[in-house]
Amino acid sequence: MKALLLRDLRLALRAGGGFGLALAFFLIVIVLVPFAIGPDPELLRAVAPGVLWLGALLACLLSLDRLLALDFEDGTLELLATAPLPLEGALTIKALAHWLTTGLPLVIVSSVLGVMLGLPSAGYLWVVVSLGLGTPALSVIGTFGAALTVGVKRGGLLMSLLVLPLYVPTLIFGAEAARRGALGLDATTPLLMLAGITCGVVACMPFASAAVLRMGLR
Amino acid sequence: MPSGRYIDPMSIWSYANPVKFLTLSARVQPVLWAAALLSIGIGLAWGFFGTPDDARQGSTVKIIYLHVPAALMAINAWFMMLVASLIWLIRRHHVSALAAKAAAPVGVVMTLIALVTGAIWGQPMWGTWWAWDPRLTSFLILFLFYLGYIALWEAVEDPDTAADLTSVLCLVGSVFAVLSRYAVQFWNQGLHQGTSVPVATGGRTVADVFFYPLVLCMVGFALLFVALVFTRTSTEIRLRRAAALRARAVREV
Repeated sequence: MKALLLRDLRLALRAGGGFGLALAFFLIVIVLVPFAIGPDPELLRAVAPGVLWLGALLACLLSLDRLLALDFEDGTLELLATAPLPLEGALTIKALAHWLTTGLPLVIVSSVLGVMLGLPSAGYLWVVVSLGLGTPALSVIGTFGAALTVGVKRGGLLMSLLVLPLYVPTLIFGAEAARRGALGLDATTPLLMLAGITCGVVACMPFASAAVLRMGLR
Repeated sequence: MPSGRYIDPMSIWSYANPVKFLTLSARVQPVLWAAALLSIGIGLAWGFFGTPDDARQGSTVKIIYLHVPAALMAINAWFMMLVASLIWLIRRHHVSALAAKAAAPVGVVMTLIALVTGAIWGQPMWGTWWAWDPRLTSFLILFLFYLGYIALWEAVEDPDTAADLTSVLCLVGSVFAVLSRYAVQFWNQGLHQGTSVPVATGGRTVADVFFYPLVLCMVGFALLFVALVFTRTSTEIRLRRAAALRARAVREV
């Protein structure tokens, strides 16, 4: 499992991996938002938590394409499926590697990019905490989407369509926690719900992902 | 699917045999179609011409006869797909997988009818075509789930793999659909009125004059859904059989 994690991390970090892609996309979204909606600081402050969450979600969605597709093409997935390591475990590790290379950098960068959107100082902690709690769920749910469409040629659009509604509860609770935190309100309830969703999907989704992957590889 | 198990001919599982299903379906379809069209026809005519205008809503209240039954069937169609998917995953009856496939386009149209009639009603009543109200949002999410489900069926070539994948999607999607429903409720309190026919409490929020034609329309839509699923499932079975015959003809040449 450790070897698989290290392999995935190394592949992502080397040239041609998807490491920079999500981060660059996130940066572009955050920089372009003020151009699109105007430089009014009040307006930017109001939308900042939501925009940070949306940017992170889309950046995550963008990088899902590479999560299993490359391994499917060169046959690694078939080896993994027949390996003594349970496929559930392998997919959990893959989701973890995806989170470490996309989710975690996004969480760190979001605190810096908040400055550009005039995020109120009370909001930084909540944006970082809610993204930190929510992005693992995005990676795990995304792995399910990637596993569903792994055998489909040019499945990128289909995967986005499948994953989009699955992301809705995470986005709602995550963005709500960040929004409430930024306004100085009590953010405990959405944060707890978000943590609940993350724990639930981390516990259950790998089984669904492995099941559909086995069906897809058959 | 060949199976060595003895199946009681009176059991519901005996209809997992495609031939037996087709015979049954051919026998009940005319009755179902007639009953569905009759009750929708009478219900709509009664609703549109036989009931008074509402004191506040005027004649726009009459869209309820399309809106509520369509919304009801949009949810129940997904529920039926969930049950059919479970049966496919557990007992591997092809008829069940095909019935789930057949129900999806009906469900998506029902969802669309509910959304569109709601928008047409909302424009004069709420002053807006669309509001990010929990119920409206839940239906939009349901619509996305239907689209994803249908797209996945179309995208996977091998029919059995497609049935497997869509079944799991249906299960996972159901969990997330329920989750989204409560998430959006938490996110925004809405404009939409409470349920018209609360089954759990046994009460109702619709006056009697509007209620009876509404019930008739609901029954009609339910019958229409069942009739459509029967017809579409039979078509799917015949399509599958035609493909098998074609494959055999190619092999023999």
